Amino acid sequence: MRLIGRRQVAWWFAAPALVVIGVFFVLPVVAALAMSLTDFDIYALADISNLRVVGVRNYVDLLERPLFWKALGNTLYFVAAGVPLSLGASLGAALLLDSKFARFQPFFRTALFAPVVTTVVAVAVIWRYLLGTRYGYLNYALGVFGVRPIDWLGDPRFAMPAIILFAVWKNFGYNMIILLAGLQNIPRELYEAARIDGASAFERFRFVTLPMLAPILSIVAILTVAGYFQLFAEPYVMTQGGPLQSTLSVLYLMYEEGFKYWNLGSASAVAFLLFLLIFAVTLLQTRAARGEFAR
Amino acid sequence: MSGVAVPLPRTGTIVVNALLIGASALALFPLLWMLAASFMAPGEASAYPPPLVPSHPTLANYRELFAHAGMGRYLANSVLLAVAATALSLVFNVTAGYAFAKLDFRGRDRLFRLMLGALVIPGQVAMVPLFLLLKHMGLVNTYGGVIVPALASIFGIFLVRQYALSIPDDLLEAARIDGASEWRIFVLVVVPLLKPIIVTLAVFTLLGTWNDFMWPLIVLSDQDLYTLPVALASLSREHVQDNELMMAGAVLTTLPVLVVFLSLQRYYMQGLMLGAVKG
Repeated sequence: MRLIGRRQVAWWFAAPALVVIGVFFVLPVVAALAMSLTDFDIYALADISNLRVVGVRNYVDLLERPLFWKALGNTLYFVAAGVPLSLGASLGAALLLDSKFARFQPFFRTALFAPVVTTVVAVAVIWRYLLGTRYGYLNYALGVFGVRPIDWLGDPRFAMPAIILFAVWKNFGYNMIILLAGLQNIPRELYEAARIDGASAFERFRFVTLPMLAPILSIVAILTVAGYFQLFAEPYVMTQGGPLQSTLSVLYLMYEEGFKYWNLGSASAVAFLLFLLIFAVTLLQTRAARGEFAR
Repeated sequence: MSGVAVPLPRTGTIVVNALLIGASALALFPLLWMLAASFMAPGEASAYPPPLVPSHPTLANYRELFAHAGMGRYLANSVLLAVAATALSLVFNVTAGYAFAKLDFRGRDRLFRLMLGALVIPGQVAMVPLFLLLKHMGLVNTYGGVIVPALASIFGIFLVRQYALSIPDDLLEAARIDGASEWRIFVLVVVPLLKPIIVTLAVFTLLGTWNDFMWPLIVLSDQDLYTLPVALASLSREHVQDNELMMAGAVLTTLPVLVVFLSLQRYYMQGLMLGAVKG
């Protein structure tokens, strides 16, 4: 009797959160799949009887649109260049902080982490100025080395690199903290043993640090890739997807399709394609990581 | 370190710390410059070479933001939404996280595994139908529209559950034998034990809702309801040339979260680690 009563109470503890997640997350995700098979647009928004089921036409239309491929290409560019640079910066900073020579570690850790907690929109506004052609600091610094001013955000060749640079600055601190904890968990005796065997600093990094860090490194890589696929606020504030759509991301395309042109069916299809892409890449990475550790 | 590459400890100290200073300078420079430029007179930052410090520090930009750009209103919106979303979501997530760790109900473990699986679905997939749902409920373009989807999060429940697993069952059993109800046990025994993770989750949620951009941008259309990031994005499109004004806006948007982070850093870092362990 008491046990049954207790089980009911337990449901009351869990139910409010589960209802919220069910209604405001699970239901919309399922509905997104259903909507992506309809021509839900501004007319259907006004009167639902205008809604028609169109099967996979939204998907076919998207795959035939050059703009979708452009957005996909830009997003893949951002992920392929941004993730390795981010992880490299994170690992470099973590190694410096973990070094036995490092002084004032708490101060440096906080300083390097600070960009992570800032608001993307606000720091994107700052960077828009720093990347300015005439008065920006980046061009000023490059000018010292004789580089002519670059129109970072106005030139289709440089806009995405500029956004990648910004994203690396904004995000590297997050993984740095996780990798630092991983480094601190590596038993010091392993380094000692390697040293006694005559391993150089680089060899110790290659054969002790990297293998010991590999599990954390692969988790961090998987999470970062999934996060970088969701590029939106940076181009929204810094370039508005331009110039010449060179920074239009898949998520930006979804936003414009859905909330600018009110093609909600098509926007749902974009969202679902993005989800499938992230899912597939995550799966591949997980497989690769497992294979790596099985060896 | 063998062969030629034997740096003396002093050299190592100098190299490592010089690199740390350089990296920290790069990380902090945009933020420090934002602060400096926010006190510059209009137009002062548009000069070559770019100035580092204001020649005559002025509060004009801040005055302008509050007097003519409605900044006070946006600041109040942001504070209200972040505090309300944090307080309410704590109630939902802490009770659920505790239930998943320590209370027995049918299908508990299967449900938990399902929820962890759902973490791979990016929130943006839900946004279009969520918008229609909230429109149907009359919540589009209201504070409620921003708060309601944030009321519970799988990540929050997960965080609390992991921490609550360490509560000894004997302690709860003893309270039950003493005749305490489950709610009483929760409030008097469990919540005090969970305090560290509650603070951690509070900091995470507060910073997360404060910094959130895409959802408020979608769900709020009335300018009077804009949060700081949405207002700043819109202002920055109007005032492309007013760098100093925008820097003051950026200071007002980032300074509060930086202060919260600096004062509760220990809890924040702990949450970051807990979240990454299971990923």
